[in-house]
Amino acid sequence: MRIENKGLIDRTQPVNFTFDGHHYQGFAGDTVASALLANDQRLMGRSFKYHRPRGVLTAGSEEPNALVTIKRGQNVEPNVRATVQEIYDGLEVRSQNAWPTLGFDALAVNDLAAPFFSAGFYYKTFMRPRAFWERVYEPLIRRAAGLGGLSGTSNDVEYEKAFAFCDVLIIGAGPTGLMAALEAGRAGADVILADEDAQAGGRLLGETYEIDGRTGQDWAAAVIAELSSMNNVRIMSRTTVTGVYDQGTFGALERVTAHTTPRADAPRACFWRIVAKCSILAAGALERPIAFQNNDRPGIMTAGAVRAYLNRWGVTAGRDIVVFGNNDDAHRTALDLSAAGVHVAALVDSRPDVQVSGDFPVYAGAQICGASGRQGLESVTIRTQSGTERIASECLAMSGGWNPSVHMTCHMNGRPEWREDIASFVPRAGMIPGMVTAGACNGTFSTHGALLEGRKAAEKILVALGKKAIQSDLPEAEDAPIHISPLWAVGGTGRAWLDFQNDVTVKDVKQAAKENFRSVEHMKRYTTQGMATDQGKNSNVNALAILADVTGRGIPETGTTTFRPPYTPVSIAAMGAGAEGKGFAPERLVTSHESTVAQGAPMIEAGMWCRPSYFPKEGETNWRQSCDREVNMVRSSVGICDVSTLGKIDIQGPDVAAFLDFVYINTFSTLKPGRVRYGLMLREDGTVMDDGTTARLSDTHYVMTTTTAAAGAVMRHLEYVHQCLRPELDVSMISVTEQWAQFAVAGPKSRELLNELLDAPIDNDSFPFMGCGDVAIGGVNARLFRISFSGEHAYEIAVPARYGAALFNALNEHAAALGGGPYGMEALNVLRIEKGFITHAEIHGRVTAFDIGMGRMISAKKDCIGQTMAAREGLVGPNREQLIGLKPIGAVKQLTGGAHLFEPESEPTRQNSIGYVTSVGFSPTEVSFLGMGFLMNGRARHGETIKLIDHMRGIETLCEICDPVFHDPEGGKPRG
Amino acid sequence: MRLKCPLCGERDRREFYYFGDAVVLARPDPDAGISAWDDYLHNRDNPAGVTRDLWQHEAGCAAWIVVTRDTVSHEVLDTALASDLKRAMS
Repeated sequence: MRIENKGLIDRTQPVNFTFDGHHYQGFAGDTVASALLANDQRLMGRSFKYHRPRGVLTAGSEEPNALVTIKRGQNVEPNVRATVQEIYDGLEVRSQNAWPTLGFDALAVNDLAAPFFSAGFYYKTFMRPRAFWERVYEPLIRRAAGLGGLSGTSNDVEYEKAFAFCDVLIIGAGPTGLMAALEAGRAGADVILADEDAQAGGRLLGETYEIDGRTGQDWAAAVIAELSSMNNVRIMSRTTVTGVYDQGTFGALERVTAHTTPRADAPRACFWRIVAKCSILAAGALERPIAFQNNDRPGIMTAGAVRAYLNRWGVTAGRDIVVFGNNDDAHRTALDLSAAGVHVAALVDSRPDVQVSGDFPVYAGAQICGASGRQGLESVTIRTQSGTERIASECLAMSGGWNPSVHMTCHMNGRPEWREDIASFVPRAGMIPGMVTAGACNGTFSTHGALLEGRKAAEKILVALGKKAIQSDLPEAEDAPIHISPLWAVGGTGRAWLDFQNDVTVKDVKQAAKENFRSVEHMKRYTTQGMATDQGKNSNVNALAILADVTGRGIPETGTTTFRPPYTPVSIAAMGAGAEGKGFAPERLVTSHESTVAQGAPMIEAGMWCRPSYFPKEGETNWRQSCDREVNMVRSSVGICDVSTLGKIDIQGPDVAAFLDFVYINTFSTLKPGRVRYGLMLREDGTVMDDGTTARLSDTHYVMTTTTAAAGAVMRHLEYVHQCLRPELDVSMISVTEQWAQFAVAGPKSRELLNELLDAPIDNDSFPFMGCGDVAIGGVNARLFRISFSGEHAYEIAVPARYGAALFNALNEHAAALGGGPYGMEALNVLRIEKGFITHAEIHGRVTAFDIGMGRMISAKKDCIGQTMAAREGLVGPNREQLIGLKPIGAVKQLTGGAHLFEPESEPTRQNSIGYVTSVGFSPTEVSFLGMGFLMNGRARHGETIKLIDHMRGIETLCEICDPVFHDPEGGKPRG
Repeated sequence: MRLKCPLCGERDRREFYYFGDAVVLARPDPDAGISAWDDYLHNRDNPAGVTRDLWQHEAGCAAWIVVTRDTVSHEVLDTALASDLKRAMS
């Protein structure tokens, strides 16, 4: 219910939203949680395992219970904490994990079966029969237990990512963070102040005490006003720093428009990577519940949350509020409620020596031992020295003390230490390099202490940054000492809840210990304590304290589990923003792309490149017809193919020749300028890395081509060889793949076609086979290489990329007049199989130069990468699988890639496989399927018969073992 | 994670390509024998503590860098150009 004259909400601005289809009204400044409480809706969700009715436990991002699904247009966002989600007009909120309704949930029957569902029940219950696990048990459990569901559709448009850099990142804008920002900002440091809340102030927003004679909220607003006026300070509100990573890198999630109706011009959330030279953790503290029977009833929440709902949002979760605590801070809740005119039915303090006076009955040395009211709290039972007493109450405020938010200090494997005097874990120094912890997260809970530590932290950072501190005046604030006497669980029967989100009770922890899961990490996994999306922020310390108790160890000896990023859940869509579809796999387009697509060519991926499969002509009904025609076209007239995707590396310097001799197995220093040579390079382990042609343009200038697939790897390899192995060589290199558009002009009419276009005609003397040189075409300087991947008289012509499209069109036009035209990857592949030329289908990372018949290319006159290891025993000899050609000779004419080779009479078992097929294609030239593959001792077996078996496709073909070169084995054609 | 490229300054890990142990700088002579080559190619320490490995500033200046770092604390102790170190070795 709403309390008059309380809260920071704007009562002049009503906001309408729906919860499970019902209309509710709140005010600007409300969260879903506060607005529902204002409307007397205490029940907000169902628990994970037992489907117990649950209300809100906290007023912050640590909320374990009140998880809801937010609908935004077509998108849904599950598991949003109602305590964080601000309301806006038209907001659609749905409850989760309840069917058919939140009020009547059929699976609440699980709660009755609770005795069977205690810790470890999966392991004990669902053992047999084994076949049931996947088909019966798992689907059943998954349906019963769970949080919100995903929509099943992509919603990446709602997310964005960004990067930021600063001197100091201040995490948390409570009194500590504000004071630190003020000091660091005034001293001129480049500051980012990040806070997960919409409004700065932290705990000050939920409290009534004053700073410098003003309300805490007014003081915070004044500080923010000053910080906003500084150019060197960036304030990031609604931004949760979620993780700490190496070298001062932080992850942070900004909820950009999650608090408004979806906007086209801004994402729902943005994932930031912030790099900070130093950081100040001012993350505050989180209050601990106390475990007692039915302490999960809707209406039972932490005392600090009750206070925050009252002071910040002007609401309470009901009438007749009872406050239960073991520390002085809980008294503030009773006093604030009482001062606001809310009826406080009782203040129950577990400590006998309590001194507090207010307009409410005080039960010192007493405990709450039970609660009743299934869908909402109706009464609590107080146990005193003299017996038990039942008091009617709709809201219980409980406080077991405060846990400093040390989570982020543990993200790099540090462990916090136990401080007996405040019964809490606090960070140790140096857990995160460059990070200073201050205020409540450091165990300093008073406002004065927070302000002082905030300023000190900033001063420390300023020294590290080499800046002069200002010594800003400290405002006056309360400095109440901490009085606490640990109380983790109230004894008694019934289930007392620790981890509300994962439904873990005190009994579960005790049972884990009893079954010898005594290590805190084992207990965690056995009970699932702290393994929910809230990572046990409210419950971990209570659980390990109980474990410490039952195992007879102290809390420091028991230790904590590991906190890991993210601090609060981050949707994968936010972290992966932009990395979907083309953002994940960008497309590289050649200059002929537009023209190619216009000709109706289906495109295929070649790495990131898009290349044409074939160019269909009218009347052709399948790809084979087009492919066969294109092959015949190249063999009989002329074909054009864009080969710009091949890697091109420009290498220059006085020592290039020596460098290439070291990179390639064969010799390049003997290559004359104006000539091209095929080269093969190995990895240092002796296997083939890549192949291609390299042209010598001048004494000190070479252009290397690589395969399309290995262009990046070869570039990296060359830099490696130069910088790490041979830095004494004076060589420079750069990738020019995208600077040059390059086209193969292949076929008997290739020179005729070129001479129609070139400014000065060429002939066999000026451009012999494997010659290269500069030419001009329409006044544009171009490079011409007489090389052939088809086995025909062929050239590759390269022009600066900006002329690529024009040249491609001109080549096509002139080719058409000669009976030629463009050809795609299918024809290119058939042409090279007919010629026995290898691609990465053959040099797949496990073959040696010997295997592909190029062993003798390894020059003995020089050292090269891979030379020593290529000569290893086992990498050469008849036991190696060697490159062969295959041709069907039996009734079955089909060859398939990936098929295995067997002796004709042997059983086609794995052990009997003596080779495999790497490439196949139908050759219109040979009018037969042709294949390439590897066969043990294959080179010595040309002419013999071998059996090809494709177990996958059920194909068995008898083949002749051939030389891989089927077409023009003498090689006369490209020289013609 | 961030690495300091000796040429470009401190950059995000995403700009770098990871290669492996920096022992590869000490390439044996061709006739050093099979065990020297075996060590060079295959045998690596896996220290809990200080290690030296090779990275390339591939999305930057293309420099190969020897990074000295602690595998336990993740502290980056030193970065140097591989070419400088290799020259100093001979």
